[in-house]
Amino acid sequence: MVTTTPLEEQLLELAGSVPDPELPVLTLRELGVVRAVRAHGTDSVEVDLTPTYTGCPAVEVMSLDIERVLREHGVREVTVRTVLAPAWSTDDITDEGRRKLREFGIAPPRTGAASGPVRVELGPTRTGEGGAADGTREPVRCPHCGSPETELLSRFSSTACKALRRCLACREPFDHFKEL
Amino acid sequence: MTTTPAADSVTTAAALALGDDALVLSHRLGEWAGHAPVLEEEVALANIALDLLGQARVLLSMAGDEDELAFLREERAFRNLQLVEQPNGDFAHTIARQLYFSVYQHLLHDRLAAGDGPFAPLAGKAVKEAAYHRDHAEQWTLRLGDGTDESHARMQRAVDALWRFTGEMFQPVEGIDGIDWPGLERTWREAVEDVLVRATLTVPDGPRSGAWRAGAGRQGLHTEPFGRMLAEMQHLHRSHPGATW
Repeated sequence: MVTTTPLEEQLLELAGSVPDPELPVLTLRELGVVRAVRAHGTDSVEVDLTPTYTGCPAVEVMSLDIERVLREHGVREVTVRTVLAPAWSTDDITDEGRRKLREFGIAPPRTGAASGPVRVELGPTRTGEGGAADGTREPVRCPHCGSPETELLSRFSSTACKALRRCLACREPFDHFKEL
Repeated sequence: MTTTPAADSVTTAAALALGDDALVLSHRLGEWAGHAPVLEEEVALANIALDLLGQARVLLSMAGDEDELAFLREERAFRNLQLVEQPNGDFAHTIARQLYFSVYQHLLHDRLAAGDGPFAPLAGKAVKEAAYHRDHAEQWTLRLGDGTDESHARMQRAVDALWRFTGEMFQPVEGIDGIDWPGLERTWREAVEDVLVRATLTVPDGPRSGAWRAGAGRQGLHTEPFGRMLAEMQHLHRSHPGATW
């Protein structure tokens, strides 16, 4: 890791304060997508941004928003680079980000998804008190009533990063930020 | 999308092969918008298409200007597998195509991500996406194969019909190094056969590259429906050069 100057830290803070265009309760810092900020002199800045999914359409809006915020703070030249490696993981979402997601009605991703090959889950789609029915993971809890008794309705939902589930206790459907 | 331009022409050719697979399949899946059997499936297919489009953009940008490559190339210049250009057919055909391709893509990107070649950064992301696509295709293959007589018959027809396009996937692609292609093919066959058997389907036994040459799509030789697909895909861009939203 290259040493960060106080100015760069300040700019990183600014870039990270931009709200996510699809989940405006989260900032880009809480989502974990702003990787680094490099200042060249005082008026030229390079920002490394990583997409949640390769085809995430929000990346372009995020770039424009970062550019706008930094310009408003006097940076004349802003370049936002999209970096793919290391790949973003839902483990990069901060604890504060998870709490906000839950408050917003979206079940946050369970942790520990990051390393190793992705397991193809052909297993059960329901979770309960003991976790997923195959015992490998904690349950996906309903963001409304907190019940661990929930079931998968669809692997894909309103955006690429979410799945659609239903609570078996309060019967409310909800989005689940799926682990990646 | 910012990526480092490919260092050499061999890498460029490989980026085109992988990028065209993703682009063409993305377009085919996009054709389901407004026509999928249920809303959840419409959303699922569109989401898979979006993942593939994102991968295509990164890969084509490694080879040149993504818009020019997507919208201004002639049919013979596309390097995608013939499998991905096959029409959607009924839902079972789309699922069979998804099964064959997503297992292949998942296994290939898993290997590419483990290496340190030019495709490793993209593969590290794409392998996670492909795992979801594979899961989706496997679940549907099981549900349709082990479903009603009608769904079973249609799923069987679909896996039989597309079987002949699967040999081409394992033709070595120049510029993709460090892949044990025969090993990849064995793992693919085991995985696909496992799903088909569990879905109570019969593993097709026809040729996987027969009267025509395996690897033809990678050399720019495509099947008849591809021209019509390209005409639709490229029409807007060609009719209004330089237009913006």
